[in-house]
Amino acid sequence: MRGLLLVGTLIALIPLLLVIYYLLHKGLGALSGSFFSSDPNGNFFGDPGGTRSAIFGTLEIVGLATLISVPIGIGVALYLTEYGRDSRFGNAIRYFVDVMTGVPSIVFGLFIYISLVLGHVGGSGFAGWKGSIALALLMLPIVTRSAEVVLLLVPDSLREAALALGAPRWRVVMRVVLPTATPGLVTGSLLAVARGMGETAPLLFTTAGAFALTGSLNAQMNALPLQIYNDILSPRSVVIQRAWGAALTLVALVLILNLIARLVSRRSRMA
Amino acid sequence: MIPPETTSKETTDMSSAGGQPEQAEAAPDLAALGIRDGAGHAVHVKDLHAYYGQLHSIKGINLECRANQVTALIGPSGSGKSTVIRCINRMHEEIPGARAEGSVTLDDLDVYGAGVDVTAVRRLIGMVFQKPNPFPTMSIFDNVAAGLKLTGTRSDNLRERVHKSLRAVGLWNEVKNRLNEPGIGLSGGQQQRLCIARAVAVEPEVILMDEPASALDPISTLKVEELIDELKDRYTIVIVTHNMQQAARVANSTAFMLDGELIEHGPTNDIFTNPKDERTERYVTGKFG
Repeated sequence: MRGLLLVGTLIALIPLLLVIYYLLHKGLGALSGSFFSSDPNGNFFGDPGGTRSAIFGTLEIVGLATLISVPIGIGVALYLTEYGRDSRFGNAIRYFVDVMTGVPSIVFGLFIYISLVLGHVGGSGFAGWKGSIALALLMLPIVTRSAEVVLLLVPDSLREAALALGAPRWRVVMRVVLPTATPGLVTGSLLAVARGMGETAPLLFTTAGAFALTGSLNAQMNALPLQIYNDILSPRSVVIQRAWGAALTLVALVLILNLIARLVSRRSRMA
Repeated sequence: MIPPETTSKETTDMSSAGGQPEQAEAAPDLAALGIRDGAGHAVHVKDLHAYYGQLHSIKGINLECRANQVTALIGPSGSGKSTVIRCINRMHEEIPGARAEGSVTLDDLDVYGAGVDVTAVRRLIGMVFQKPNPFPTMSIFDNVAAGLKLTGTRSDNLRERVHKSLRAVGLWNEVKNRLNEPGIGLSGGQQQRLCIARAVAVEPEVILMDEPASALDPISTLKVEELIDELKDRYTIVIVTHNMQQAARVANSTAFMLDGELIEHGPTNDIFTNPKDERTERYVTGKFG
């Protein structure tokens, strides 16, 4: 039995190791100073440019998506754990959050495309912030679910201690429950961020991609997954190599986030 | 048993809360209440019924907790001792589906009165729990100050009050050099005294203790018992305990509960040596429970 499980584990590891191998094998060659410092230029000949706009685009789009989804997600989780723990309404929300977790990411993109892009909401069609909203919708249930689990780990005895001192419930939540749960909340949020970072489908027809670097979230924007998607279709080997480089960069970003999440959660000492 | 006459000063102060509108939240004028005039504050429980959903767990209890005395509730597990004291400061209703009927008064204040702010009740009637529960994210100092901060009570002499509370529970010498270290770094017995200091710091009138020593070693238990004896000079104390020797040591009067009913309440000595009810006698002599 033990041997069988070990074999299964090793088989499961093979694709993972192959992915890492190919990423490093094909991507490392693409990395250079200009890879990080220049934007893709779309030229058919000569130097195709780097991925600067994609890296910054990803950081901006995901940053805004995080600003939207994390406070709302933690808010919903707080409602579920502190106020609506056994209520019918709370259970209904819990159910919908679960359903939302299972919605394919392209559906969120489609929804934003129809509701925000086609109507030129905000003065432009495709825009970075619309991609952020699509990503935020995707991240929201992940943040909510992980935050709820973490908040439930906060012992009820602490809530009781604070309530028995005469604290109003909102102060119990702000001063006792949230600080106690912070490390776990950070971890869960960062995992959602990592997930959002790698998503391509919600961005395809919301931010649409671009070549040049832009600071404006109200314009079309480049992002790493979009760059990979576009580059890999190119017939030029140098552009395909750039796709590998972008993929490696993306994985590295996600890895860094995961490491931060690990470090933060290791620091947590929940009594 | 005749309830002692209590001063109605406190309740008048409460109804005229506008006296010092220092903080919008501090409805009862705690500043005025905090000044002790030597008059104690008694708790009366009348015809109390408590429910957990459909379960009728407290079946009409009358209990008088005299001012500046220690009243012990004894009885077997599940007899409703903890539920009764949780009804006194309205913590019972925090459990989903739980509710209470009947009357609880602190002097003349109707704890379950229509216009009464539940947070104000809990500030007047503090509570210490079975398991020490200091806030894990807070330092020793902040744990003691937590009651003041969590209730939005602005205190100019916060430091003094914290130090005073720590002295009152006999913890000062043990922690004075590490007030900024986390509260959960203390030993179990120290943590429990820290929790008592936290309850004392908000200057309540009554302190409820739900088996405060049952998770502690014998020496820590002794310290907590000595502390209870000192605290009763300033507070009215109601203590739930499994330990009959403990009740005999600390309590002025003892009430025996069984299956959600109060069987007998009298001076501790009478309950243990000359109980009127046969069930009490069987319990205190160890024949059941």
